Amino acid sequence: MSEIAAAHDDHHDYHPSGLWRWVTTTNHKDIGTLYLWLAMIMFFIGGAMALVIRTELFSPGLQFVDPQFFNSMTTLHALVMIFGVVMPAFTGLANWQIPLMVGATDMALPRLNNWSFWILPFAFAMLLSTMFMDGGGPAGGWTLYPPLTLQTGNALPFVIFSIHFMGMSSIMGAINIIATIVNMRAPGMHMMKMPLFVWTWLITAFLLIAVMPVLAGGVTMLLTDKFFGTSFFNAAGGGDPVMFQHIFWFFGHPEVYILILPSFGVVSSILPTFSRKPLFGYSSMVYATASIAFLSFVVWAHHMFTVGMPLAGELFFMFATMLIAVPTGVKVFNWVATMWRGSMTFETPMLFAIGFIIMFTIGGLSGLMLAIVPADFQYHDSYFVVAHFHYVLVPGSIFAIMAAVYYWLPKWTGNHYPERLGKWHFWLSTIFVNLTFFPMHFVGLAGMPRRIPDYALQFADYNMLASIGAFGFGFAQLLFLYIVVVTIRGGEKATDQVWEGAEGLEWTLPSPPPYHSFTTPPVVR
Amino acid sequence: MPERIRRLLPNLKSVLNLRRLAAGAILLPFASAALAGWDTLNMPVGVTEVSRIVYDLHMLIFWICVVIGIVVFGAMFYSILMHRKSRGVTAATFHESTTVEVIWTVIPFIILVAMAVPATATLIKMEDSGQSEMTIKITGYQWLWRYDYLDHDFGFYSFLSTSRDSIRDRAEKSEHYLLEVDRPLVIPTNTKIRLLITANDVIHAWWVPDLALKRDAIPGFINELWTQIDDPGVYRGQCAELCGRDHGFMPIEVHAVPPDEYRAWVEEQTAGAAE
Amino acid sequence: MKRPHRRTAIRLAAVCVLMLGFSYALVPLYDILCDLTGLSGSTSNLTQATPTPPKAETVAERQVTLQFVANVDHSMPWDIRPDQFEMKVNPGQTYQTVFHARNRTAQPMTGQAVPSVTPQMAAPHLIKQECFCFTSQPLDAGESVEMPLIFKVSERLPSNIGTLTLSYTFFDVSPTSGTQSG
Ligand code: HEM
Ligand SMILES: [Cu+2]
Ligand SMILES: [Cu+2]
Repeated sequence: MSEIAAAHDDHHDYHPSGLWRWVTTTNHKDIGTLYLWLAMIMFFIGGAMALVIRTELFSPGLQFVDPQFFNSMTTLHALVMIFGVVMPAFTGLANWQIPLMVGATDMALPRLNNWSFWILPFAFAMLLSTMFMDGGGPAGGWTLYPPLTLQTGNALPFVIFSIHFMGMSSIMGAINIIATIVNMRAPGMHMMKMPLFVWTWLITAFLLIAVMPVLAGGVTMLLTDKFFGTSFFNAAGGGDPVMFQHIFWFFGHPEVYILILPSFGVVSSILPTFSRKPLFGYSSMVYATASIAFLSFVVWAHHMFTVGMPLAGELFFMFATMLIAVPTGVKVFNWVATMWRGSMTFETPMLFAIGFIIMFTIGGLSGLMLAIVPADFQYHDSYFVVAHFHYVLVPGSIFAIMAAVYYWLPKWTGNHYPERLGKWHFWLSTIFVNLTFFPMHFVGLAGMPRRIPDYALQFADYNMLASIGAFGFGFAQLLFLYIVVVTIRGGEKATDQVWEGAEGLEWTLPSPPPYHSFTTPPVVR
Repeated sequence: MPERIRRLLPNLKSVLNLRRLAAGAILLPFASAALAGWDTLNMPVGVTEVSRIVYDLHMLIFWICVVIGIVVFGAMFYSILMHRKSRGVTAATFHESTTVEVIWTVIPFIILVAMAVPATATLIKMEDSGQSEMTIKITGYQWLWRYDYLDHDFGFYSFLSTSRDSIRDRAEKSEHYLLEVDRPLVIPTNTKIRLLITANDVIHAWWVPDLALKRDAIPGFINELWTQIDDPGVYRGQCAELCGRDHGFMPIEVHAVPPDEYRAWVEEQTAGAAE
Repeated sequence: MKRPHRRTAIRLAAVCVLMLGFSYALVPLYDILCDLTGLSGSTSNLTQATPTPPKAETVAERQVTLQFVANVDHSMPWDIRPDQFEMKVNPGQTYQTVFHARNRTAQPMTGQAVPSVTPQMAAPHLIKQECFCFTSQPLDAGESVEMPLIFKVSERLPSNIGTLTLSYTFFDVSPTSGTQSG
């Protein structure tokens, strides 16, 4: 393997063309591009599923789909968006940016990089194919709680194997990222000089390595419970279905931080550029990220207060969860302080970054409410929770990904995207995302459970608004696709620095950067 | 002051040209929320001592969050308006201050402690299930509930009573569409009731917002809750844990009646069972 | 692969394997945690006989209410009921009661009772000498049995617990039925 990699390095001009180039590529930019396109495709697939859900929920009564299919839509929508959109998009950004930002030629392990991407299309093809199997797709929720999930038909093993593959891909990606960051930094690039995007990804990668195997173990136990007579989660054999929930959320809560930490890095890169002012509190940002990651291992049971646990347990998990709000708050305050007395301009990446801060904070505040156990007994499994996690994930993670794409696309392609259209995309997305998710707070508080295909009449108005918003948001994303495509094809040429206030190694390279980034390592002072 | 505001105005205009539309649309849900009336869009106050405490706690935390939001977003919007390049400002260069960092770590921490104290007190109160006067067992099934009055040795199943036709839009939807059952749970007011919760197949969750009760029903395991209802009335809820195809169609209907009426009802039930 | 990269990759892969092991280690850890704290309401003292301690506990003055509840899993067409729903017991004293079971079907079946206690904190303090849940219960078609339970509530039961419920759920574990995993 080392020979192959070395051989590849020696033949800089070896570029197979067509499809084969993409299948065999070990180049970080190519692989980054592949990840990002996969995320884009899955975004529209997952989005289409969301629209099926919102169509059925447009008005009371069952009009369009069978409840079982509805449940498989909510399940697959979540799995696709989490594992197929946000995670691959961040890995794509990491592939493109980390070598550029730390001054490396490529990723540390190019071969592994190729595999970790190419596993994914197969994993998702397998996951999506379950929709057409006997018994339908998985319909027990993305949380896969037994015993319900064990009632899945033929789809179950395929779902579990596809989760194994996604997990393997993420782990390989994470190993590669850590190896790159640890071993390939340019001379003078000390840890505490690394851009925050690199820092947040480093910590995310450690989270991935720590928790993806736990998810793998948990779903494997489901598999053996179903097919090989074990009873990890079967009370009849001395097991406990609640134990699955502990295992799942031991993975699941760090997972939600896997879905948000790289966004923190993106926003921390964009704000200084457009504020023309250095990031405020760099080292406290690093420590805050690390403490969020650390605390994320001891809060998992806040997802399961209603299973019934002793008072001491409830109190512990409540306090630990509330504590996470402190470092999260520090980040938000630092961002505001970065903008403070800057000289701001509001190009599309900046708009998305500001939108991120505001709406992520709304989601963080509802998270704080959810941490309060007595109130969570009311909020839990209601649309209030749906509103919470969509605020942190859509105008949170997804907006950060879009901000990153607008920010770095001129660097990647050498072309400026059409600024006016970018702004339209931002405003349409912002309007519709709020129209979709804000009303969900209300119906949740008023008593609407999540994951239901039909609802009582008093929830009708807000559900209709949410459905209108969802369609608006969905169509606004076609504009995003259009913008990306026209920018790749051409446009106003970008300078090396691209943005007036941009600082960092990636802006010292030409736009687009050469196929192999820094063949002689830059020196950082 | 008015001087300053006037200086802001041209700026505001430039911010709001395309954006005025945006602001309007973002506010739309709030505006229509105001029209629809508070009770359909907030947590119900409920009819038990616990539900009222939980509601107060919820509102307390909510207002704290609103204040935090106003302070943070206020500072941010001020900065967005004033510190823009188009106004000709040059950027400052400061990038750290240990003092502020300490302040905005400590202040949130104090706020959190202030939230944790009432939350803990409430939780301790909720968990105090001692000395109840009667016990009912609630069992979740795919997709209905069963109630067993353990002190009187009778029980019954409780099914959704909304017709298939009205779900399929072939008939008018009734006032309590999807929240009505054939046999409601009948319980006395002003009585401390112990509720035991379990399930027959998969995990369900029994949730009645007006009573501030939600607890998972787990096959093979027993959970408990307690309640004491002050006001007679009909209180409705739904299953709150995904339990399969008809998870959305297994509502809960509780009839709280005065104790005498309850005794009479129990007599009727047990007489019927003896036959 | 360059040397330092390989070393990093191998170490990280080792961490992954360790974490996979950890996910399986969570299973016994969870059981230990449950036994220590009562979490889940199903502790190992509920499913096996506790040998009588050499020094007998003294009998407490206070009385607590012990409730008995019986449930069946969806695969289980048996009638199960406790002989009595409630018992007033003095912690430290040994009592005996029975549960009644009848196989309503026309086939022989085997049932397994799974105990669970609420409040969960009380679970470690229910001491059993004999219980029908220690082994599975084979019943012929239409057969009825009385199943004994000999137990005491430990004196160490936290004093704020006045009522506790011991619940049994019966699952079908007949060798022929393939409904193990519901
Ligand atoms: C201040 C930080 C946060 C706090 C205190 C917080 C708290 C909570 C709590 C207590 C729940 C459980 C609610 C329930 O089911 O009753 C929850 C659910 C959830 N949170 Fe957060 N959260 C925070 C940030 C985030 C972030 C950053 C993300 C992801 C980007 C996230 C994603 C989720 C998701 C996906 C769920 C629902 C999972 C499910 O049940 O399907 N949260 N959060
Ligand atoms: Cu969480
Ligand atoms: Cu349900």
